Amino acid sequence: MKTEEKAQRGEPDEPALPKRRGLNEFALKFATVNGTGSASANNLILRSIFRMGVPVSGKNLFPSNIQGLPTWYEIRVSGEGNTSRAAEFDLMVAMNGQTYASDVAAVSPGGYLLYDSSWPLPKLLLRPEINFLGIPLAKLIGEIFSDSRQRILMKNIAYAGAVAALVGIDQEVILELLSERFGSRKSLFDANREALQLGFDYAESHFACPLPFRLETMAGNDGKILIDGNTATAMGCLYAGATVAAWYPITPATSVAEKFRSLCERYRRVEETTANGAREIRNNFLILQAEDELAAIGMVIGASWAGARAFTSTSGPGISLMNEQIGLAYYTEIPAVIVDVQRAGPSTGMPTRVQQADIMACAYASHGDTKHLLLFPADPKECFEMAVLSFDLAERFQTPVMLLSDLDIGMNDWVIPRLEWDDSYRPDRGRVLGPAELEQIEEFFRYDDADAEFVTPRTLPGFSERGAYFTRGSGHDRFGRYTEDAEGYQQVVDRLAAKHRAASAHMPPPVVKRHPGARFAVITVGSCESAVIEAIGYFAARDLQLDYLRVRGFPFSSEISSFIEDHERCFVVEQNRDAQLRSLLILEAGAPAGNLVPILSYGGLPLTAVQVIEGIETAWKDEA
Amino acid sequence: MTSISKPRIPLATLPANEIGLTVRDYEGAMSTLCAGCGHDSVTAALVRSLFELSIPPHRIVKMSGIGCSSKTPTYFASGAHGFNSVHGRMAPIAAGANAANRSSIHIGISGDGDSLSIGAGHLVHAIRRNVRMLYVIENNGVYGLTKGQFSASADVGSTAKHGEANEVAPIDPVQLALSLGATFVARGFSGDKAQLVPILKAALEHRGFALVDVISPCVQFNNHVGSTKSYHYVRDHELKEIEQDFVPPMRETAARLPHGGTIVVTLPDGGRIRFGTLPEEYDPRDRGAALHYAAQAQQRGEIPTGVLFVDEGTRDIHELNSTPDEPLISLPFEALCPGADALARFQDGFQ
Ligand SMILES: Cc1ncc(C[n+]2csc(CCOP(=O)(O)OP(=O)(O)O)c2C)c(N)n1
Ligand code: SF4
Ligand SMILES: [Mg+2]
Repeated sequence: MKTEEKAQRGEPDEPALPKRRGLNEFALKFATVNGTGSASANNLILRSIFRMGVPVSGKNLFPSNIQGLPTWYEIRVSGEGNTSRAAEFDLMVAMNGQTYASDVAAVSPGGYLLYDSSWPLPKLLLRPEINFLGIPLAKLIGEIFSDSRQRILMKNIAYAGAVAALVGIDQEVILELLSERFGSRKSLFDANREALQLGFDYAESHFACPLPFRLETMAGNDGKILIDGNTATAMGCLYAGATVAAWYPITPATSVAEKFRSLCERYRRVEETTANGAREIRNNFLILQAEDELAAIGMVIGASWAGARAFTSTSGPGISLMNEQIGLAYYTEIPAVIVDVQRAGPSTGMPTRVQQADIMACAYASHGDTKHLLLFPADPKECFEMAVLSFDLAERFQTPVMLLSDLDIGMNDWVIPRLEWDDSYRPDRGRVLGPAELEQIEEFFRYDDADAEFVTPRTLPGFSERGAYFTRGSGHDRFGRYTEDAEGYQQVVDRLAAKHRAASAHMPPPVVKRHPGARFAVITVGSCESAVIEAIGYFAARDLQLDYLRVRGFPFSSEISSFIEDHERCFVVEQNRDAQLRSLLILEAGAPAGNLVPILSYGGLPLTAVQVIEGIETAWKDEA
Repeated sequence: MTSISKPRIPLATLPANEIGLTVRDYEGAMSTLCAGCGHDSVTAALVRSLFELSIPPHRIVKMSGIGCSSKTPTYFASGAHGFNSVHGRMAPIAAGANAANRSSIHIGISGDGDSLSIGAGHLVHAIRRNVRMLYVIENNGVYGLTKGQFSASADVGSTAKHGEANEVAPIDPVQLALSLGATFVARGFSGDKAQLVPILKAALEHRGFALVDVISPCVQFNNHVGSTKSYHYVRDHELKEIEQDFVPPMRETAARLPHGGTIVVTLPDGGRIRFGTLPEEYDPRDRGAALHYAAQAQQRGEIPTGVLFVDEGTRDIHELNSTPDEPLISLPFEALCPGADALARFQDGFQ
């Protein structure tokens, strides 16, 4: 079976790495049915491991469905810090009869499978090279809990208890998390604790706990937090001072706007006492759930034009709809921040699967000659920082900025260094002329008087007749007048191209790691980082040094061009079918096509180090 | 060129409004629309309305989509910011601008193609959101700028320039808006400035979304005998609801609309309109009655004009969202950013 096909079904790829299973090095997988509350049990395990100081990641492989379809959750534990998606699994918690067969097959040799032995496992599924651990979960839970909904939920907590015993999760830590979660709701806490204990005790008394691979408390997570990218992005928008957000629900971007709302309600809601003594709520924000993405981007453009920091969050289909107005904002030079949490396309594609396949669509979004500013975060920390930066860039360069996150970063929990904030930060509002400045100049023309970075001053409506001008998406000259004149038109669009080039100096520099004398390198982007770093480590252990560059912004800086020039071959690792980053590097960084070797993953699951290693090895063989 | 700057000839005799401006101060660039285009008359009525309401031009924000009608914001209030955006998307852009700065007076100019076809979804939702703005549809039953195709407001039986008849049912923006809960719904006729100016003034004073559908014949593509949006047809079928100055509700408490039509108004070009008289019990605060009235008039082939519905009691987009009285853009950054300490505390929940 092809790797891609297997990957799509949640199965592991062929192992290429030597088996690494041991203390603080292993991977767990939970096979459940969506809509049954397994997420909170899985999260409990992830958080417990995090609290024990062990580097960890959780990947939610969920269907585009509300209830009843198979869903998996993967946890990779790595004391060494390799937390990209695991390629093989040491303990499978198989709680979904529908997927038993593939779940049994997904356990790596010597690994374990935990199943509900309330019903016998079909003989057919038994594999001699793995260990089967049966717990009659449904039966045990049924003896304690009578409510059918509670039985379903508590069964999940019970398997979490069993896993805790099997991999050596500190019981105190897990109980502490439970009490934080349920706080004063004592009956809930008690029920959860009982279910947890039930699983824990059963595993302890029936199996050799802990298993050969297990956890040991370490200090790997000091100064770190466990957070998803969408929350971090929303936090960035809040801290950047965005007051208007407009959006239309779409997986996997929805939680950006929803988190932004809850953050605004927490930090931007002021209670006032009116003249007649009544208490009144004042919201220092306005969030518009638009009728569609066409409206959402329009609202952002209108609000930014009027002087607010405004953003929208969407995914690929929304970007497609926004195209015409992205061109409007580009040509009329209106700031607009667009968060694109990428998912697998084309069309509706696989809404709950990840890809980095909007790179080209965003770089040149809209008809006509357009080029945009793109930011590529690799984890939630960068989501936060780049969200703030995107507003500064959008206002400084008066143009759309697209923050290209993805489903893996946006919706999964990542261990990252704590977010930091400098209280001396003030927004870069760019060139905006107020009434006093307008008094100083003879006459204001919107697209005249460019600065060294080809930015012209703008004015905001509502302040002064001297600043009044007419914004039009139709052909205009540098005075802002309608034109169909070749020269007048070209002057403006040429300046736009120059402005785009000038912005490259303000984009976050690439992350670069060089080794003296390395002839080969890997170039990547966004959420590929951890898998690529792990693969580079694999080759380094075999005496092959690969240099590393991670692109963080577009337009590309000259550093990227010279890095490519400095290497005989660069493997470009990205998550799409058509090597979009590679194409953009060829088009915009002057990279010779022959020097850039594409390594692609586009099955929709987060990249594994094995895929990168195999990709590079195959490319090498092909070259030889 | 769609705009030619107008020579400013000082006319000492022009009267000034409350803020010392003359009607010339509300004009814009010279129109480049076809001579006789209804849209130019709407522009003239807007100029008059803004002048009479003594609105400082810099407080005005002019928005439009694409079409002949959408070009007209260039032709009035040159002291105001204007935004000629893309086809059909004016409503959300205006909503965003209004969200950012509620102290501006937002005027959206659109066409029947812009609002009832490509932008119909946005019009519908702008009404629901109750974005405080004057939203004018310069309704000519055709796509003027793309040279005469039927629009969604073309009546069944109406013929296009080359004689083909429209067979599909039209969208009546008045009935649409009434059924969606619009808080101000009116219709005027570009050929009747005396009626249109008070309608526009009332709409500008409205504390919510004010829809004004203005029948505005296209002399190029839709002004022949077979067309229901022609000067000929409208003059013969207009049913007038109000006739004299609307009393802005914010200025006087007695905001009750006058009822009962008088009979004659002479059009600027000398034409005469046949009037219907409204029933005495017509109440512009009764949505159900307004809908019934509009539907019945349509069945009779008549075009009711005037302020058909007003509700000054509902909350606009800002009131619905409890935003502060001052514009969001005036909030200082310090009031928006929670700061380093709050970020540190926030992250304690992610350990
Ligand atoms: C996306 C898009 N599609 C088509 C057009 C072409 N177009 C320009 S104006 C127009 C119709 C305008 O009709 P209406 O809004 O009624 O304005 P009028 O010219 O009649 O005043 C069309 C279809 C366009 N500008 N943009
Ligand atoms: S084509 Fe029609 S709508 Fe357009 S300017 Fe001419 S008369 Fe007016
Ligand atoms: Mg039209």
